[in-house]
Amino acid sequence: MHIPDGYLSPQTYIPLYGVSMAFWGIALKKIKKEVSAKQIPYLAMAAAFSFLIQMFNIPIPGGTMGHAVGAGIIALLLGPWTAVIAVSVVLIIQAFVFGDGGITAIGANCINMAIIMPFVAFWTFNVIKGPSQSGPRFIAAAFLSGYIGLTAAALSAAFMFGIQPVIASGPDGRPLYAPYPLSIAIPAMAIEHLLLFSIVEGVVTVMLIRYFLKHESTIMYGMREVSCEKV
Amino acid sequence: MKKFENKLWLGLFIMALLSPLGIILPEKFGAEDAWGEWGLDALEKLLGYVPEGLKKTADIWTAPIPDYNFGGDGALLPAKILSYIVSGIIGFILASVVMIIISKYLFKNEK
Repeated sequence: MHIPDGYLSPQTYIPLYGVSMAFWGIALKKIKKEVSAKQIPYLAMAAAFSFLIQMFNIPIPGGTMGHAVGAGIIALLLGPWTAVIAVSVVLIIQAFVFGDGGITAIGANCINMAIIMPFVAFWTFNVIKGPSQSGPRFIAAAFLSGYIGLTAAALSAAFMFGIQPVIASGPDGRPLYAPYPLSIAIPAMAIEHLLLFSIVEGVVTVMLIRYFLKHESTIMYGMREVSCEKV
Repeated sequence: MKKFENKLWLGLFIMALLSPLGIILPEKFGAEDAWGEWGLDALEKLLGYVPEGLKKTADIWTAPIPDYNFGGDGALLPAKILSYIVSGIIGFILASVVMIIISKYLFKNEK
């Protein structure tokens, strides 16, 4: 769901840059408060992990492909604000170095994958988990946090694509940017994520949260969160 | 703690080595571009035309390693696989280093 250059009108991508920058500013302040210098290696690993997991394209036979993002598990382990920065760093590297996602669409892509996704994942996890610290409810919460988080990001991207024909069309009535309306973009993105990519994201989230609970539960932001303040 | 961290770094490195699965599987299953990420040629095929504004901004940036591939579109699969692994390692290092620089700056008054 890396929106390339040319798919969004300037009326769309410029304000979205503004929104992303505002979140980056807040996120840096929050990280300074919530995270300690000891965790620097984990912050680095979080970004590296998100970069690498996104390389694993999953095919829909004869159709399109997609991938997990890892923003949900980063939010659960290190907090949603850390995920905002880690995944934004990844998206910016992908755009500039690898041409994956547009330069003009960095703001938009960060909103979808680095802002909406980690927060939706984090909230979903905490709401569903309730007081449980393990067991089926905990696992379901972890799965759904990845599943719903990635789906929300995909829907937001679909929305950005889908409003383009309304925003800008040429004198001949043809759309100037992303050509498909909401009625096509939303179902296309929703179905492929609900049926495949988001399931993979959910499974990855469960596997990693179990691994960290077993080996190094003290780093877990979500676990500290239980007793103290909300975000 | 340190030992645990080293294990995680190793895990990430292994992910980079396995990353070509992300191009081999789509090729095996005949999966094309992700939805909404079509190039100009693919759009021409889908729509019969390329939207005017899209055409103007599509190539605004020339990435040094487009599509995680050094060899260009014509590269053979083994070359693409190698490119992909190297890209994975480059991205892995870049992402880590940028995060370390940002956090060193944030925590410069700590410890």
